[in-house]
Amino acid sequence: MERYYRPEIETAPREEILKIQNEKIVKQVRHVYDNVEYYRKLMDEKGVKPEDIKGVEDIHKLPFLKKDDLRECYPYGLLAVDLKDCVRIQSTSGTTGKRVVAFYTQHDIDLWEECCARAIVAAGGTNEDVVQVCYGYGLFTGGAGLHGGAHKVGALTLPMSSGNTERQIQFMMDLNSTILCCTPSYAAFIAESLKERGYKPEDNKLKAGIFGAEPWTEEMRKSIEEGLGIKAYDIYGLTETSGPGVAFECSEQKGMHINEDHFYAEIIDPDTGEVLPEGEKGELVFTALDKEAFPLLRYRTRDICILTRGKCSCGRTHVKMCKPMGRSDDMLIIRGVNVFPSQIETVLLNEGYTPNYMIYVDRKNNTDTLDIDVELSPDKFSDNIAEMQEMEKKLAAAMRTMLGIGPKIHLVAPKTIQRSEGKAVRVIDNRKLHD
Amino acid sequence: MAVRQLSVFIENKKGRLSEVLKGISESDVNLRALSIGDSADYGVVRMIVSDLEKARQLLGEDILSKVTSVVAVKMDDREGALYKILKTLEEADIDLMYTYAFTSSKKFGAYVVLRVDDVEATEKLLSEKGFELATDEELSN
Repeated sequence: MERYYRPEIETAPREEILKIQNEKIVKQVRHVYDNVEYYRKLMDEKGVKPEDIKGVEDIHKLPFLKKDDLRECYPYGLLAVDLKDCVRIQSTSGTTGKRVVAFYTQHDIDLWEECCARAIVAAGGTNEDVVQVCYGYGLFTGGAGLHGGAHKVGALTLPMSSGNTERQIQFMMDLNSTILCCTPSYAAFIAESLKERGYKPEDNKLKAGIFGAEPWTEEMRKSIEEGLGIKAYDIYGLTETSGPGVAFECSEQKGMHINEDHFYAEIIDPDTGEVLPEGEKGELVFTALDKEAFPLLRYRTRDICILTRGKCSCGRTHVKMCKPMGRSDDMLIIRGVNVFPSQIETVLLNEGYTPNYMIYVDRKNNTDTLDIDVELSPDKFSDNIAEMQEMEKKLAAAMRTMLGIGPKIHLVAPKTIQRSEGKAVRVIDNRKLHD
Repeated sequence: MAVRQLSVFIENKKGRLSEVLKGISESDVNLRALSIGDSADYGVVRMIVSDLEKARQLLGEDILSKVTSVVAVKMDDREGALYKILKTLEEADIDLMYTYAFTSSKKFGAYVVLRVDDVEATEKLLSEKGFELATDEELSN
């Protein structure tokens, strides 16, 4: 039988959800307008007043927020409450310079953790479960979110954080973990490591896994489910909106229910900004309906997605989003880290290389790989191989500092990377992440 | 004094070396010596040729090449000849980046090529120690 963390909300009739959303958005727009100067200016420029927003049907009148706005407002520009009322900061992974920092009041933390709790219960979690959280702990939202959610459910929580597979396996086997939370690629890696050590899928006590923070396919789901003997559930979220738990999969395992009482979702045409009707493919935009400290209105996620409202066999009534089908910008998610080609270009120029490069992303043995072909310029060429290898090492180290992950550098001859006449193709992603 | 070496960058891909050598081979430029240093992705082809300017022309602009001065020492055709040279460098604390040997059948037998930081100082040292050094002119015909 399907279980819910908040049945009265999760299975509420459409009209009731709409009523909750309408009430919340009116208050939220007022709160943001009064407390966030940056957004107030955007609204004023667009000629929108808080009183123009009478319900979610008016949300389309509000201006968008983009990642650039967040960078520009770093660190306090979008904060809507006094700092003394905040209890937590989390931050995006992987980008240096101006990261995105998100602030949380205790109310925001509770809201976020409840979303994660709903995801855990949807995956079959109860207070009898042992939840092994091997998302990273720290600024990254993965660890904190699922950890808090597991507490809310009353499960026994194993705050493992990421890495140290030997220890993960030891705790999993000795302490009988029943639910695993991590990135899908790490889950696949754990499955492989268990197999290498001679364990069969039935040797562990796991029954479910909640996997997110990076794109994955149905094939990968199947291989993880078989490898660990579990059901694998997807979870979606981003630091800007709180973290994981904005949407989560139910027993149907077909799309993720968005927690609509907290987050209002729209699909827009990424080029025109126009709102698209249900069922059409476009960019996913979120409005936080009742977050206090960092309440983003109409935040453009850049994830390309479809929303559907059909009846779900699990009984939940909240709208469903499909797995993101791509990006409307050129951001890559590699081993859970956000990477922009422009960052790679910056490093190359800083290190004295030409901006002629090609990025290859692939997934080998369930781990993302990043290879960069870099054209050698005449002044960098040396007849001494050791000197060139030293250069490669230095470049890889500079990349690691900028990106947060280390690429493999391949020096290639000048003029061998294809020049394009229109928009340059800089990335070849062979992972086939989208079905 | 020093001998000029032509170094060419090539990617480790099938057919790349013959592509580079094709033009030179079809001309009257004579390849005296060739050595390759390589890593996983690429190699450096080091050549001593009879006509360096012409060889560079034949390579064309699209092939990354570089001219480096190296020391070419004549070797006696007897055991321990190379060791004697290396020992001399070592005693003078001269760091050797790489080395290779070749023979020139026509005139004087064997040479060893030494790639060092300070070509002048190395040549001076080796001359003083009685080694015979080759010059570009000698190797050009």
